[in-house]
Amino acid sequence: MQQKEFLNLVMPFKDKLFRLAKRLLVSREEAEDATQEVLLKLWSKNEAMGQYKSIEAFAMTMTKNFCLDRLKSKQASNLKLVHSNYQDERTSLQKQLETEDSVNWVERIMDELPEQQKMVLQLRDVEDYDFEEISELLDMKPTAVRVTLSRARKTVRERLMQKHNYGIG
Amino acid sequence: MESDKNIEKLIEKYLEATTSLAEDEKLRAYFNQESVATHLEQYQPIFNYFSKAKEEQFTKLSTLSEPVKPSRKLNFRWVSVAAAVVLTFGLYFGNGAYQDYQEQKQARLAYEQTKEALNLLAKNFGKGTQKVALLGEFEIAKQKVLQ
Repeated sequence: MQQKEFLNLVMPFKDKLFRLAKRLLVSREEAEDATQEVLLKLWSKNEAMGQYKSIEAFAMTMTKNFCLDRLKSKQASNLKLVHSNYQDERTSLQKQLETEDSVNWVERIMDELPEQQKMVLQLRDVEDYDFEEISELLDMKPTAVRVTLSRARKTVRERLMQKHNYGIG
Repeated sequence: MESDKNIEKLIEKYLEATTSLAEDEKLRAYFNQESVATHLEQYQPIFNYFSKAKEEQFTKLSTLSEPVKPSRKLNFRWVSVAAAVVLTFGLYFGNGAYQDYQEQKQARLAYEQTKEALNLLAKNFGKGTQKVALLGEFEIAKQKVLQ
């Protein structure tokens, strides 16, 4: 497969990989590196590519595993620093824009969710995957996906309510 | 356009994770418009965030196209074969040269030793001749006495 073909193949879902990586790793730079890495790995598997049913699903799984490994490894401790820098920046932004505010809160609330919930919410509500695709990707039963998703959505709602109340009181 | 009642029901279903993808889309569309019922405003950030999050893009791809090449991995099996060949040649030819060198060294050593021994001999021989000369003196004295 030529480079151009490969890029055309990857183009439709590269943003999805990046968004999933960013959801898990939080920092933009880390997510960019991770996406780059996954795409390179995919490119090196070039010849075997025909064997996979859906390259997108395969790439998403690779991204997920890569990011989870990243989080587990030592580099994750560096990441925390990046994370707090990131949040600081957000807080100052928050003061400036009231309306943008609550939208950003949602992002921060999502950052605090457990990884499993993060991924399910990302895949469902941002990427519009159906339950079967998600359960395949995350290696979970569809019912478990549903439960996790419901829990994640409720948590986001509750925490958002809390923030609002703090804002008023 | 969905009625508020309908949206409320959808939100309920949404939180239980029983909405379909189409229903999720309806919710997002509803909250993306300007006029949202006040009691539903609290949900607006959530759906607006999801719409916003969809737009985020991976922009670093341009850097991918350059370094990406079908990776030429060094095949270690062939590298080891090459190493073995080089080693064998080295031993085969190198050994002869080494032996020559050793022989030369030994020959030079033997030559030096012989030279030294001969020098020693010459020196001692010289001493002996002097002593013999003294003996000649004695002979002369003896002749004188006899006459």
